[in-house]
Amino acid sequence: MLEALFGRLTWDSIILVQEFEDPNLNTFITAGAAAMMPVGGALVVALLFWMKWWKPLFDWLTSVDHKKIGTMYIIFAVIMFFRGVVEGVLMRVNQAVALDGGFLSSDHFNQLFTTHGTNMIFFVAMPFLIGLINIVVPLQIGARDVAFPKLNQISLGLTAVGGFLIMISLLVGEFSTGGWTGYPSFTGRLINPGVGPDYYILSIGISGIGSTLTGVNFAVTIYKMRTAGMSFMRMPLFTWTALCTSILLIFAMPPLTACCLMLGLDRYLGFHFFTNDMGGNLMNFINLFWMFGHPEVYILILPAFGVMSEIAATFSGKRLYGYTGLVAATMCIAVISFMVWLHHFFTMGQSATVNAAFGIATLLVAIPTGVKIYDWLATLWGGRIRFTTPMLYLCGFFVLFAIGGLSGVILANPTLDYQLHNSLFLVAHFHNVIIPGVLFGVLAGIYFWFPKIYGFRLLDGYSRITAFLWAFGFILAFLPLYQVGMMGLTRRTVNYDDPALVPWLVVSATGALFLGLAFLFVLLTLWRSVVNRKKLAVPFGDPWDGRTLEWWTPAPTPEWNFAVLPKVDGRDPFTEAKAKGTAYQPIEKYEDIEMPANTYYGLIIAALGSGLGFGLVWYMWWLAIICFLGCIVTVITYAFLPERKKIIPAAEVREIDEAWRRAAREARGVTRDDECNEANQGLARPDLITNP
Amino acid sequence: MSASTRQSLHPGLNLGAEHGDDHLEAETSVFGFWVFMMSDMVTFGMFFAVFATTLPLACCPGPTELFDLGSIAWQTSFLLLSSMTSGMAVLTMKQEHGGRSACIKKLVFWLLLTVLLGCGFLYREISDFIFMATAGGPPTRSGYLSALWSLVGLHGLHVTGGILWCLVIVVGVMVRGVDLRWKLALLRWAVFWHFLDVVWIFIFSFVFLGGLL
Ligand code: HEM
Ligand SMILES: [Cu+2]
Repeated sequence: MLEALFGRLTWDSIILVQEFEDPNLNTFITAGAAAMMPVGGALVVALLFWMKWWKPLFDWLTSVDHKKIGTMYIIFAVIMFFRGVVEGVLMRVNQAVALDGGFLSSDHFNQLFTTHGTNMIFFVAMPFLIGLINIVVPLQIGARDVAFPKLNQISLGLTAVGGFLIMISLLVGEFSTGGWTGYPSFTGRLINPGVGPDYYILSIGISGIGSTLTGVNFAVTIYKMRTAGMSFMRMPLFTWTALCTSILLIFAMPPLTACCLMLGLDRYLGFHFFTNDMGGNLMNFINLFWMFGHPEVYILILPAFGVMSEIAATFSGKRLYGYTGLVAATMCIAVISFMVWLHHFFTMGQSATVNAAFGIATLLVAIPTGVKIYDWLATLWGGRIRFTTPMLYLCGFFVLFAIGGLSGVILANPTLDYQLHNSLFLVAHFHNVIIPGVLFGVLAGIYFWFPKIYGFRLLDGYSRITAFLWAFGFILAFLPLYQVGMMGLTRRTVNYDDPALVPWLVVSATGALFLGLAFLFVLLTLWRSVVNRKKLAVPFGDPWDGRTLEWWTPAPTPEWNFAVLPKVDGRDPFTEAKAKGTAYQPIEKYEDIEMPANTYYGLIIAALGSGLGFGLVWYMWWLAIICFLGCIVTVITYAFLPERKKIIPAAEVREIDEAWRRAAREARGVTRDDECNEANQGLARPDLITNP
Repeated sequence: MSASTRQSLHPGLNLGAEHGDDHLEAETSVFGFWVFMMSDMVTFGMFFAVFATTLPLACCPGPTELFDLGSIAWQTSFLLLSSMTSGMAVLTMKQEHGGRSACIKKLVFWLLLTVLLGCGFLYREISDFIFMATAGGPPTRSGYLSALWSLVGLHGLHVTGGILWCLVIVVGVMVRGVDLRWKLALLRWAVFWHFLDVVWIFIFSFVFLGGLL
């Protein structure tokens, strides 16, 4: 009876119980992490009651506004990032003292790198970027929303389901120990019968479906929802990269879904896709995984490139140099990214010719990437450059990302890869592209667009310190790993017996602590800025002398984005309007605006999806079946429910929009010298360089 | 964004007298579904690829013992015919202007006929699966059988979903009439249904014919 109800869930599965049975530092850490779930949950609930925030919370959770959905993606990512950073620091500290020992048990260490990797890729980097894309793309193309607002909410819900599963595994059961790549047959039923790999498959499988839908949504949004005159070659570069990322999501997520399904069939029903016997073939998993996995890294880096493009142009007050080249390079990278997946397993027995072909294909990626770097550099040349926080990230990116790219070129050579494969050199390489590339892009983008959505800037001093901490911490934490990698330390290793490694690893652990500090500074910046938001307010909405449509609205941007949809006849429409002095001219005719109303759709799917995943992990079949049927019933019900819209009357729109335009015509604005002062109210005055 | 600023509208839609915004909605909705189908196609492609790398093992029965071309022929005919009847449903929607209820009757007739053919397909497919399982070829016996079952089964699940979707549309047009929402649902469902036909052609040629020749 109990077994029918709880499946394989028993008291012993609760991590906190294990701490009492076998107390030591290792279980203390796991228990501490586990305790964070109920304690954190209780604190959040208490806070919600205390502040009476339930209603606003549900307003957000049921919203279909792309700006709110994007914000929720980013908040989700920050929470998961906290966990990821803590795990990373923990592993680095452990390795620093792990000569013939270390305080983590090997099983715990294995779970740490698996959750760290899975979490960072799927629940930190992707939601960060998808959040930014959500917030910025509709504004940049002059649209009021995405093509399918409800679907957008569902995507967020499915991503949250994945996050829920990986989080709950801290408290109940365990996560996989097979790395973020989860290769069978190690993750197969025979070797690993526990719940870990099931958590892994379900969390990335379910959230992967959400990402596919996001890809569809944004591809259609960008193809079909552009405002009048916004031809393809007039789209801002961030939108271009978002388009390429969407296309990659559409085509690269299915292999992940497929290999998760197959591994699931192996584990749950005893199929033989990837088993060692009976004609199973684990190379199939590895191929499928990397057919997703390689495009995935470009899914992450392309939008970051897009952010860097916007920043280079805006903060040097110049038109983006080599726009066509940047667009072409983006598309080249997107296409080539599908033809290089084999470089992740050069050592797995292909012929030398095959390895050479894929090695050369990999090297080709360096060409369009190089083109981009030169285009950005040329954009800066002769511009009105300001070293604001995003520019600091851009400079860090130029230097550090280039190093990461170069170590990638080394790894792309199969003969060298045979030496370096699976060593910490590789770990250094991919963190070297992910942190200065993706993470710097995200952080720069958040600083850049934050005032647009929330109406105030982030504090300048704190943000600068944060940027330096990230760069400094990264250099200390990861560059030594190139060295220990070449000295032969393999990745995913809990301890070692070569004393020569110790100094390098101590430096690296110190750097990791700085990275932890950098994360705290992100939160600190946010907190101090919220406290000082009155002084930092930029109600006119254009704090950086922006060039593209998103800056042509008040800040915070109203729910409907544009009172009247703008018409575009050039690449930097807002800059042109400002130069002609027509940016804030009155508009004669306003119309009623129709916006989709809030809905519980995504929330319901998220709840049912969580139940489905949890039920499957623990063999609680009744729960899984009820939730699955519930999903179908929900979809069908919503197919019949009437479409609810809310109408914003023209008079209301007129009032808000006219007030903004009038005030902007009367105010003086600031030049770029005062950009980071309190004088900056979000109105740009013509500067030294009047723009070509 | 008004309809007049946009040129590339989908031809062949009858969305009633008032086109305007309906056209735009149809455009994003149907285009979006095509894009989703491309993604789904890649999923099938992956299952095909894995199937292509596996070979029947000596331990267990192979294609000659497991496949019944007669039954496959029935399944193929059912599915191809159902594609035609689904096409008739869409044409009905397009051409019937006046008598609303007559249109709905005809539409429902074609849709239910499609459902019936789909069920015929599923019936034969499931019988084949049962036969394979009892003849010593369940998916747990070998990698080849796993790939075979899951590729064909994935298609079967899609067909099941398509049938369910079609029934929902039948109820929808009967309760609500042929309004924009159900027209769009019908259009997307038709894309889905034809897509399943195309996938089946590949399964038929590569899995079944390929296995036997
Ligand atoms: C913030 C500071 C970070 C620290 C201190 C850190 C530290 C680490 C450490 C110690 C490992 C294990 C290396 C080994 O195998 O021995 C690791 C692996 C990994 N990290 Fe990070 N990391 C950080 C940020 C990130 C970010 C931002 C991402 C991606 C968005 C990331 C993605 C990964 C991945 C994918 C793995 C491989 C996991 C596996 O072996 O399966 N890390 N990291
Ligand atoms: Cu790769």
